[in-house]
Amino acid sequence: MSVQKSVLKEPGSSAPIFAALGDETRLRLIAVLCVSGAVSIAQLTSGTDISRQAVTKHLLVLAEAGLVRDFKAGRERLWEFEPTKLDAARHSLDVIARQWDHALNKLKMTVEE
Amino acid sequence: MSEVTDRIERKIVLKAPLARVWRAISNAEEFGAWFGVALKGQHFVAGQRVRGPITYPGYEHIIFDVDVIEMVTEKLLSFRWHPYPADLNYDYSQEPTTLVEFKLSEIDGGTLVKVVESGFDQVPVARRLEAFRMNSGGWDGQMKNIEQYVSAKVSA
Repeated sequence: MSVQKSVLKEPGSSAPIFAALGDETRLRLIAVLCVSGAVSIAQLTSGTDISRQAVTKHLLVLAEAGLVRDFKAGRERLWEFEPTKLDAARHSLDVIARQWDHALNKLKMTVEE
Repeated sequence: MSEVTDRIERKIVLKAPLARVWRAISNAEEFGAWFGVALKGQHFVAGQRVRGPITYPGYEHIIFDVDVIEMVTEKLLSFRWHPYPADLNYDYSQEPTTLVEFKLSEIDGGTLVKVVESGFDQVPVARRLEAFRMNSGGWDGQMKNIEQYVSAKVSA
């Protein structure tokens, strides 16, 4: 398969992840959850000017994409980062790989003229 | 370290002479033209740093910033950079870099270019996820651009 074809063939599975992470707040939430482990919404919002409602909304989008999950711990509901390290790593490499495909195609256009 | 998560490898066959491809990769200005970074008047020299703003629409706020490691004429160009440095307010200088290698070889009817980017296992997971932000919103545009290039053969 040519590089060009592999670029144009978008693997659908990553699309919801792209959408979910295409927002600065959600990306920050993920970054926090990556290092903090399971935390409550109150913990996530403390010290920030973002509302609990807004955080909840963002967490639901992330959960939909399979990036976070929630569970009950006693009377509290906690949220944690969902994919294994490997999954996250693989997905990010997919993104970088596509950027390289794109760059190499432009190189091809340049030198084959 | 695992092969699966630590490196990206891409190959492309170019129907152009090795010398032409080497120039497009090793001459910083020419590199900038297809890669999408303004490197006017700059040169890739082993041991030196090259910086310039990305010219790709939507990514102009990102600075291409590399330390050139090795240059072997018509064979290899390598540099280190910070993968997906999308946040201007963040100091990436203390973060681990990845190594990018362009390996060229002459083949029947053209030139084989292999790009290897390695060292991702050293980059924290939270940082890796920034790759998605760089890409978000830009991907549709990229696809359109590729189609345009393919159909109109417009070079950058």
